[in-house]
Amino acid sequence: MTKELFIQGNEACARGAIEAGCRFFGGYPITPSTEIAEYLSIALPKVSGSFIQMEDEISAIGSVIGASWSGVKSMTATSGPGFSLMQENVGFAMMSETPLVIVDVQRGSPSTGQPTMAGQGDVMQVRWGSHGDYEPIAISPSSVQEFFDFTVRGFNLSEKYRVPVVILADEVIGHMRERILLPDKIETFKRVQPNEDPKDFLPFKNVENGTNPMPAFGDGYNIHVTGLTHNELGYPTTINPKVHSNLVKRLVNKILKNREDIVSCDFKYCDDADVVLIGYGAPVRSIMETVKIGRSNGLKIGYLKINTTWPFPEDEIAKLAKNVDDLMVVEMNLGQMVHELERVARGDANVHLFSEIGGTLPKPKDILNRILDLI
Amino acid sequence: MGTGVDMTKEIKIGGFGGQGVILSGVIIGKAAALFDKKYSVQTQSYGPEARGGASKTEILISDEEITYPKVQSPDILVIMSHEALLKYHTNLKEEGTLIVDPDLVHVGVISDFINKNKIDVYEAQVTKLATEKIGLKIVANIVMVGVITKITKLISVNAAKKAIVNSVPKGTEDKNISAFELGYDIF
Repeated sequence: MTKELFIQGNEACARGAIEAGCRFFGGYPITPSTEIAEYLSIALPKVSGSFIQMEDEISAIGSVIGASWSGVKSMTATSGPGFSLMQENVGFAMMSETPLVIVDVQRGSPSTGQPTMAGQGDVMQVRWGSHGDYEPIAISPSSVQEFFDFTVRGFNLSEKYRVPVVILADEVIGHMRERILLPDKIETFKRVQPNEDPKDFLPFKNVENGTNPMPAFGDGYNIHVTGLTHNELGYPTTINPKVHSNLVKRLVNKILKNREDIVSCDFKYCDDADVVLIGYGAPVRSIMETVKIGRSNGLKIGYLKINTTWPFPEDEIAKLAKNVDDLMVVEMNLGQMVHELERVARGDANVHLFSEIGGTLPKPKDILNRILDLI
Repeated sequence: MGTGVDMTKEIKIGGFGGQGVILSGVIIGKAAALFDKKYSVQTQSYGPEARGGASKTEILISDEEITYPKVQSPDILVIMSHEALLKYHTNLKEEGTLIVDPDLVHVGVISDFINKNKIDVYEAQVTKLATEKIGLKIVANIVMVGVITKITKLISVNAAKKAIVNSVPKGTEDKNISAFELGYDIF
C-alpha cells in the first residue's frame, strides 16, 4: 500500500533520506533547511542511526565525511551561507571520493541575505565553489514529491559514483506542503565493497569506469584518505605529473563519461514551440503555469525542466537550440545558468534571461509579458 | 490575455506570528488533499522572528493538478491583524470574500475598497470566542477554520475535522474539535 501524506518539502527530503538508507546526519541548523535536521534528529535514532548537531558547518561536513568512511550513508542539510563554509571539505570529499549528500535549501543571497525567502544564487557555487577541477552532481526538485524522490536518487548516485551529491532545493520547495505518495518499494544502491585480499587491494586504482569499491574503516583494509594528490594505494604522490593527471581526469571522467546515466530533464510542448522556457527548482512551477496559460491562448510555447543542474544537459540543449528560435531561462538570481545556456546553444538560438530576485517566485503573467515582447 | 484556465480557488490568511495562522493553512490544505481528494498546495511566509512578526499562509485548492503554488489574486482573504489587512486587501478578487476578526481589525478603513469591489465581508470574533467559550485563546485559529469551512464550502466538515485531529498535538483533539464547531456555528 502506498502511503499518502500532506507534508512540507523539507520533511519529504528527510523521509527520502531515511528510505534511501541514510543513517548519519551531521549539521548546523539554518533557515530554510532546519526542518530536515529537526525531522532526522527524531527519526534517525529510531532506525539505529546517528544525529549530531556540530558547532558550525565546517565541522558538520567534516563529520559527514568521517561517517561515510565508517561505511554509513551520510548527509547534511544547509543553505547558502552554510554551503559557503563547507566548500573546502566539498573539495576534500571530491578528491577523496567520499559519497555523501548535501541538501542546499537556497535562500536570498549573497551572504546571510534573506533567511526566510527563496533564491537560486548557489547554482554556480555548486559548480565551482571549491577550488580545482571537479564534476559535481546536483539535482533540483520542483515539487514536494520530487524532493523525496530526488533525495533517494541523490543517495543512489552518490554511492554509485563515490561523489558528494547536492540536492539543490530552494525555500519555496522546502517549505511548501503538497500531497505526496510514499511508494512501498524504493530502489536503493548498496555501496560496492572490495572482496579481494587486503594485501592486493588498491583503493584508488586507475580503473576504466572510474569508480572503485570502497572499504570502510575497520574492515581490515589499509586505507589512507587524503586531499593531496595520491597514488593508487592512497598515499601522497604530489610531484609526479602523470599521477596527478591520471587521478583528476579519472575523477572528472567518472561523471562525464556516465552523463547518460546521470542527466535527467523533461521536455513539454517543445515540438512546435517558437519559445521554450527553461528552468530548474521552484521556478519550474511558474513556467508550467505560464505555458498552460500561453497554450490556452494559442501561443506556441513549451518548456524544458532541468532535473540535474549538474552535469548540465548539454547534448539535450544543443539539440533543442537547433529547433527553436528563442530559449528563455527563468531563474531566481541575476543570471547564472543563462551563461551555460549561451555556451551550449552556440548561437543556434537566441538566449534570454528572465531573472527575479527579492525572494518571491516569478509570476506567470510577468513571464508571459516577456514572451509577448519576443514574439 | 485570459488567465482563467482552471477553477483553482485561492485563499490567503494573514496575521502575526504565534496566532497559528500557518497551522490553519496546513489544516485546510490537508483536508482538501488527503480527505476530500482534491489537489491543494499550502505555502507560507514569515519573518525571522518566532512571535509577533507578520505571518501569512496561502492555500490553493483545485480539481486539477496545481502548477503555480502561490496565490495571485485571492478569492478568499482571512485577516487576523490590522497590519495584514492593510497589506493584503488590495489584490483581493472582485466580489471576493473577506473574513476578519473585528477585535483585531478595523475594516472601516477600507470601506471604499469593499464597496467598489463588491466584497462580501464577514466579521467573526474568533479570538474572543476562543477565550470565553473554550478558555484557550490559542485555539482562535481553529475557530477560524470553522468559519472558513462554513462560509467558503471549499472543504467538507468531515475532512476539516479529520485534518484537525491529524494536525494538533495529542490530547488536544477534543478542545480543537469544539473550537472548530464553535466557528462553524457563527454564521
